[in-house]
Amino acid sequence: MERTTLDLWVGIFVAAGLGALMILALKVGNLGATFGAGDTYALRANFENIGGLKVRAPVKSSGVVVGRVSDIQFDTESYTALVTMSLDARYRFPKDTFARILTSGLLGEQYVGLYPGGDEAMLGNGEKIMKAESAVVLESLIGQFLYDRAAEGGNK
Amino acid sequence: MARRAGIGLRGIGHAVINGVWRLGYASRFFGLTLFRSGTTFRRFGLAIREIYFSGVLSLIIILVSGLFVGMVLGFQGFHTLERYGSEEALGVLVALSLVRELGPVVAGLLFASRAGSAMTAEIGLMKATEQISALEMMAVDPIARVIAPRFWAGVISMPLLAALFSAMGVFGGYLVGVVLIGVDEGAFWSQMQSAVDFREDIINGVIKSIVFGIAVTWIALFEGYDAPPTAEGVSGATTRTVVTSSLAILALDFVLTALMFRGN
Repeated sequence: MERTTLDLWVGIFVAAGLGALMILALKVGNLGATFGAGDTYALRANFENIGGLKVRAPVKSSGVVVGRVSDIQFDTESYTALVTMSLDARYRFPKDTFARILTSGLLGEQYVGLYPGGDEAMLGNGEKIMKAESAVVLESLIGQFLYDRAAEGGNK
Repeated sequence: MARRAGIGLRGIGHAVINGVWRLGYASRFFGLTLFRSGTTFRRFGLAIREIYFSGVLSLIIILVSGLFVGMVLGFQGFHTLERYGSEEALGVLVALSLVRELGPVVAGLLFASRAGSAMTAEIGLMKATEQISALEMMAVDPIARVIAPRFWAGVISMPLLAALFSAMGVFGGYLVGVVLIGVDEGAFWSQMQSAVDFREDIINGVIKSIVFGIAVTWIALFEGYDAPPTAEGVSGATTRTVVTSSLAILALDFVLTALMFRGN
């Protein structure tokens, strides 16, 4: 069998197709952005209410993505949501770090925000963040607002 | 009156039995194609020739359509997203609709009409001019020599074409959204990257395009092989290829989407 110009064209086609897949994976998808190559460590936190938090949601500190939510489960001992996050090993957080579930923009996706405290000791792999604040649930916020307004009206 | 109804009923029965018969024959044909694919992999040059005809020659139409579909998505998406003040999500909209749905489906439809119809016509004509029988006379298995290489060429080409279509579409969306309208470039790409998941979206899109490739080439080859050996027969078979494979792509797309993107 000899090489022909046909082979060249097919080679170009296959290379272009695989190249397009690579572009889709790296430029369009998140294959390059996840911490695939880097080391990670796990942190856990119990939240009363996680709202619309999803697995793979970003974990941010000062707006920088430091990790992703790797698992969400219901803890039957404390009856709260147990959120496991996998964080980039480059970033260490003190023991008294405060975790909150926040929303990017008014209706954007939800993420976990970490607010480092002043403790000397750092959180290790698999340790639990003790201070965690729930997501703001819009319904209860509106309910609260209406309730307060009603109470105000009663006082007058 | 009763006699006419009887004839009508007989027609329906005939059509149903004929349809089931053809389905069984097509399934056996598919099985035989897979079973006798050994030659294709031993003599891969045969398949390379067919990849050239079904894949390389479809490149232009796929690339140009991809670009235009992406550009239209950019315009339409911007028009809608602008109302909610979230133009930056344009990248997400363009990328997700292309990678998940439009890439595989539109590339599949184009592939069916560009390459599938050509396959049917070629094989139908080979049969009409008794080249298939001649191969059998020479103790060359026409399924192994003619059908299987075309089948594998289609299965290999289709995901590559779909990926090219999607990539080109994203580029088209970028051209319209960022270059022409002026959506922020950083937000366009970063929101896209955080929303498009490799396994969930891209791999599922590739799986879809492989399934469409199998369906389209199978239908095209079977219609050609089963075509009545006349000019009318071949032209009818070519039409049926385009119609049946387009319907098959859309129906399969629904089933696959329902299976893949449940919940979430």
